[in-house]
Amino acid sequence: MAEEAVIPSTASESLEQQDEEFSVASQWRLMWWRFRRHKLALIAGVILALFYATFPLSEFIGIGDPALNFTKLSFLRPQPIRFFDDSGFNPHVNAVESYRDKVTFKPGFRTVEDERVPVGFFVKTWEYSFLGFIKTDRHLIGISDPADLAKRPSLYILGSDSLGRDQFSRLMLSTRISLSIGLVGVAISLIIGIVLGGISGFYGELVDTIIQRIIEIIGGVPTLPLWMGLSAAVPQDWAVMQVYFAITVILSIFGWTGMARVVRGKFFQLREEDFVMSARIAGASEGRIMFIHMLPSFYSHIIASISLSIPGMIIGETALSFLGLGLRAPAVSFGIMLQEAQNPSTVALYPWLMFVAVPVIIIVLAFNFLGDGLRDAADPYG
Amino acid sequence: MAEATVETTNTTESGTLLEVNNLVKHFPIQKGFLKRTVGSVRAVDDVSFSVTQGKTLGLVGESGCGKTTTSRCILRAIDPTSGQILFRKEDGETVDVATMPYQPLRDLRRDMQMIFQDPYGSLNPRMSLFDIVGEPLLVHGMKSSSERADRVAELLRLVGLRPEYMRRFPHAFSGGERQRIGIARALALNPRLVVADEPVSALDVSVQAQVINLLQEIQESLNLTYLFVAHDLSVVRHIADEVAVMYVGKIVELGDTEKIFANPKHPYTSALLSSVPIPDPSVRQDRIILQGEVANPANPPSGCYFHPRCEYATDQCKTEEPQLELIDEGRWVSCHHAKDLDLTGLSAK
Amino acid sequence: MVQTEVSAKQLPLLSVNDLKVHFHTDEGIVKAVDGVSFDIMPGKTMGVVGESGCGKSTLGRTLLQIIEKPGLIDDGSIVLRSEDEEGNPYEIDIVNEHSNSRTMRAVRGQDIALVFQEPMTSFSPVHTIGNQIKEAIRLHHDVSEKEAQDRALELVTQVGIPNPAQRLSEYSFQLSGGLRQRAMIAMALSCEPKLLIADEPTTALDVTTQAQILDLLRDLQQQNGMAIMLITHNLGVIAEMADDVVVMYLGRAVETGNVNDIFHSPQHPYTQGLLRSIPSIYEKGIEKLPSIKGSIPHPFNRPSGCTFRPRCPSYMEGVCDLNDPVFLDIEGTSQAVACFLHHPPDGSSTNGSESA
Repeated sequence: MAEEAVIPSTASESLEQQDEEFSVASQWRLMWWRFRRHKLALIAGVILALFYATFPLSEFIGIGDPALNFTKLSFLRPQPIRFFDDSGFNPHVNAVESYRDKVTFKPGFRTVEDERVPVGFFVKTWEYSFLGFIKTDRHLIGISDPADLAKRPSLYILGSDSLGRDQFSRLMLSTRISLSIGLVGVAISLIIGIVLGGISGFYGELVDTIIQRIIEIIGGVPTLPLWMGLSAAVPQDWAVMQVYFAITVILSIFGWTGMARVVRGKFFQLREEDFVMSARIAGASEGRIMFIHMLPSFYSHIIASISLSIPGMIIGETALSFLGLGLRAPAVSFGIMLQEAQNPSTVALYPWLMFVAVPVIIIVLAFNFLGDGLRDAADPYG
Repeated sequence: MAEATVETTNTTESGTLLEVNNLVKHFPIQKGFLKRTVGSVRAVDDVSFSVTQGKTLGLVGESGCGKTTTSRCILRAIDPTSGQILFRKEDGETVDVATMPYQPLRDLRRDMQMIFQDPYGSLNPRMSLFDIVGEPLLVHGMKSSSERADRVAELLRLVGLRPEYMRRFPHAFSGGERQRIGIARALALNPRLVVADEPVSALDVSVQAQVINLLQEIQESLNLTYLFVAHDLSVVRHIADEVAVMYVGKIVELGDTEKIFANPKHPYTSALLSSVPIPDPSVRQDRIILQGEVANPANPPSGCYFHPRCEYATDQCKTEEPQLELIDEGRWVSCHHAKDLDLTGLSAK
Repeated sequence: MVQTEVSAKQLPLLSVNDLKVHFHTDEGIVKAVDGVSFDIMPGKTMGVVGESGCGKSTLGRTLLQIIEKPGLIDDGSIVLRSEDEEGNPYEIDIVNEHSNSRTMRAVRGQDIALVFQEPMTSFSPVHTIGNQIKEAIRLHHDVSEKEAQDRALELVTQVGIPNPAQRLSEYSFQLSGGLRQRAMIAMALSCEPKLLIADEPTTALDVTTQAQILDLLRDLQQQNGMAIMLITHNLGVIAEMADDVVVMYLGRAVETGNVNDIFHSPQHPYTQGLLRSIPSIYEKGIEKLPSIKGSIPHPFNRPSGCTFRPRCPSYMEGVCDLNDPVFLDIEGTSQAVACFLHHPPDGSSTNGSESA
């Protein structure tokens, strides 16, 4: 019996001594108190916040121009930045020179130990628009001497691809595109899901039956082939932004059904709650019951299920783009970058091209941990 | 509202606040993909009773007997299948709640309110006491927040809570305190009829008495009329002036509390009273142990619904359905043998 | 297993002494059971009564070593006196046994069986009632399938289930609440326990069904001579069934004694208040019901000293809030109470409790 009570209930006498903060805590505060007990979810949340924080800063953090082809330095392995030399703090990279292996005739690069390319902070290199409208060429880190830039446009800390583009800068842009596709896709499925699920759950009966059958039909269609079919139908001559939205819509086609089910189930459950009947008997209108009583009761559940469905969207986009059916160059995304690694021999010879998978894994895991924590905190009264 | 008005002359006696006539609620049983209706559960099956202004009618029975459904039909929380629910408004006009359209019904909510059983589920945990208790005021037009705060403070004081608690959320309160909050909310609009659906059965024994006392105090001071739905017979004995005993959707006995408890006329009432464990070890008595199970309201037995469990059942009971008949002053019983049987009741030693 | 040669005659079947079961949660320690002592005599019914949070359910589970996590027995002893197959009496202290030890598994079912409040969740929905009862029988007895089947049928008949043969092949959800509780009792009886712990066995049932089940328990007790530990919040059920009573409040036993003494001359203010606050079914109360003020504190907010003191009409400042009351016999009665009205807190309050 003692173990049943999760939330302390107290005698009137002890209410005085009881934490006033607890008594007046809203659901969000209670949720936060509960969520912060999940250390893993907290860490995951911080990691994701960091990823999303790079959105406006992608180009600023990016080192080399991600669109610049520099075939002289294609397939360059990741180059470490050395921060110290004999004279103390003196960030630099070692110069590289190309050579051809005399036995295999395979081209390659080797480090020139005594030739140092100095690295600077807040340097001026390639030009971009900060936040889309402020033209600037400042970057967090880069090659400080403009003379060196002609020989080597970037530091290549994550190496370069077949066209000699800087992998790190491309990764920064991919993070923005792929993560935002997840958000936009989930936002679209959320809207459809809440509207249809809400109608289904609030009115029930025939409307509910029809919507449920539609959801079942959609659920019966295999995901990947339909995605592939729909993406293949996206006209070749569409601009990057148009394709971007087309892909998010395609991803949302499956995403909303899950959300609609959650919303419908919650509505069904809440319709039977005493406090909803109590509001009805008090004379509250249907609109008030829906928006003041029912919806706030599952905001938190929606947030939790959002955080669990975003990774699906990200993986979906990555898979489509990897297959060449999603976004297209010149757009950059995780999937597009991974296209470089489609060929097994490329993977064997230039394994750093696979590095893109690392942020994908981190992001997906982080979303799952975060979602778990949120789901647990979502009902602080349970 | 004129269409809902019924001539007051022959239907409603003076002093009667609520009169229920032949109330029926059937829940359809649906099957299959197309949800065809294949039958119905007769949750409330031709129920009639009336409640006098300022008095308490106890509606008792076991789970599934239809007492909760009856109470919800009266408040139109669910729509009855048929029957009349006549409510006498303050101006003397009598309206039929059963067929009332939405808008006048909403206005009538001022007059009829409800206290719920579950002190945890009946308060929205995401709202502060101010919002919970003040909601009926807000939706009935009291827009000014300070006016509402004054009224909420007054209501909280009335039910024995401090007005300072207004900004708190329900999770800070115990079951008994939450039930007080629920009562404050029900009283917000100055109702005349309060339907209390098992208001103390979820509470601990030591807290129950406080809430029972509170309910009686406010009844006296506000001249409230209660429809008190309960399964705990000793609570009903304490609080109700009249009792209606229900069995499988029907009222089997109706009348003055004292008389029914001391001298039941229906075998089911007698068995029900005899089943109650008495908190006194010296009165361990021979009980009437009813055999078998409560009848299924989707497929009730022929004749009297109680006959398969009744030790006095005759052939007449198996075929002929008894009607609720007046057998004594203010005493209604639905049993063919009501006048012949000498049944045991409960009386003080 | 502590195996001592003792005479089982006149000795309690089960002796609980200063039992403490604490839940070590992230938020703090919940003292679900905090120093409870009582004896259960063979063939008698011990009623454990208390309101929510008093620890009565935890107590029942502790006797079977099935406490939910993070609950731990922190102190005390639970001595069970039983007999081995040759009829030699022995004693074991359940507190010393591991929850999943061979001894404990033998104790469950053979010596002590449990009936829960909600029989719906106590049966698996994917096996028939019959198979579950048979499994329980064969777990403890080396019998053939046929013998188990016969025994199951016998048990189900014994607990008064109509059409027993057909009911055995049904699933728990096909039975009504009353029948399910009967089936649960049949399963508990399958190994002829010496003690049946019934945890709120009738709380989910209607009064007429409750009367049936209580009647059944009484009949079975007469036939089998088993002891029953009846855990409930319903004082009426206790008055009806129990020989001896333990009244619990916030994890502590506040009063024990013979059922007649407890109901007719309660000594602890809590027991007195509890009994007074129940409306009488015999007469309409004209007066206000006497009630206990306040409500039960949350286990995290236990008052110091006597846990009942904030609600107690006889609260003595400087006494009740500073000392823990000790459980002491009241001379000339069967009762023992933990209350300073009956023993002044002069130094004796630091010792452990003594039971009747």
